[in-house]
Amino acid sequence: MSSFRTPLGRVRGLGSAKSGTAHFWQQRATAIAGVPLVLFLIWLAVNLAGADYATARSLLSHPAVTIVLALSFFVILKHMRLGMQVIIEDYVHVESWKMIVLLANSVFTYVVGAGALYALARLTFGAMQ
Amino acid sequence: MVQLTLPKNSQVTQGQSWPAPTSPKGEVKEFRIYRWNPDDKANPRIDTYSVDMGDCGPMVLDALIKIKNEQDPTLTFRRSCREGICGSCAMNIDGTNTLACLKSCDDVKGAVKVYPLPHMPVVKDLVPDLTRFYAQHRSIEPWLKTTSAEPKAEWKQSPQDRAKLDGLYECILCACCSTSCPSYWWNGDRYLGPAVLLQAYRWLIDSRDEATGDRLDDLEDPFRLYRCHTIMNCAKACPKGLNPAKAIAEIKKMMVERQL
Repeated sequence: MSSFRTPLGRVRGLGSAKSGTAHFWQQRATAIAGVPLVLFLIWLAVNLAGADYATARSLLSHPAVTIVLALSFFVILKHMRLGMQVIIEDYVHVESWKMIVLLANSVFTYVVGAGALYALARLTFGAMQ
Repeated sequence: MVQLTLPKNSQVTQGQSWPAPTSPKGEVKEFRIYRWNPDDKANPRIDTYSVDMGDCGPMVLDALIKIKNEQDPTLTFRRSCREGICGSCAMNIDGTNTLACLKSCDDVKGAVKVYPLPHMPVVKDLVPDLTRFYAQHRSIEPWLKTTSAEPKAEWKQSPQDRAKLDGLYECILCACCSTSCPSYWWNGDRYLGPAVLLQAYRWLIDSRDEATGDRLDDLEDPFRLYRCHTIMNCAKACPKGLNPAKAIAEIKKMMVERQL
């Protein structure tokens, strides 16, 4: 029982983590960067609606499209991971669980990112099927 | 995980209805008030009182005092100045945290529902335990910190620098804002909450203080500061019309500013 600990001792706890600003800043920066990138994704989806495989591939192989698409993956996935991290920290209060779920959040993001980059590389540089 | 339902022994039951006044001089208003007594081991209940508004002051606090004096002396609540300066009578009235002494009964349509400040341990009836809240205020060291030699007279401050404290110094630490904040409900053990962060900003922006960097160091934490998700309940609840959310945003700006 920890009830003999003073209220001030409990509030001070383990002290300040001296971090959090980078997270806050990156979340805002990726949010703003995400606006034009999502508009680009919408433009891409509209352009490719109903197109066949060869047309889609030739558009995605354009250097500008490939590069901006890869950047979109990075920015949007980063934003997703940071946002999900905040939600987990807000609501998961069992320390062991929190650790596992936070790691799972990172692993999920990296797996999705790696898969997306692999698909893009294969479409862009791979042999025509 | 966050607890979204009340534990069995906290579920609120229907309490007793007190008899209405026999020959009222004005409108009779119903007050439904949260009651809980730590000694009787019963669940909290809602008691219903009828108050003759023709023979009562205009504010909710006037009605509570009248109920305590004339109907039920066991009704327990904090009050002191009855004019919005001491912050003692902070409670949840008609779904919003406010001061009972500043809330007019006429502003509430139908029955007036009165609960203690949300998500705090209850001492009795409408009295919340604010020990942790006060300890959090203590933890930000709310006093002038200097290392320069003490001046012979006062520490000087320009009128422009003094004006930066307007909208901050008026805070009476009633806890209406902090206890209206969902982030404080879920993480109040580590998140300092809007009231304490507004107080922290009051010392960060004080031109006479020399510990700004140390103060920012102590606040830079994913929980202490960055649990604020700009929900803005604090600004809506503040009975003094202050804006803790803006003060928190200013602290975040200072955090970014010293990194760039």
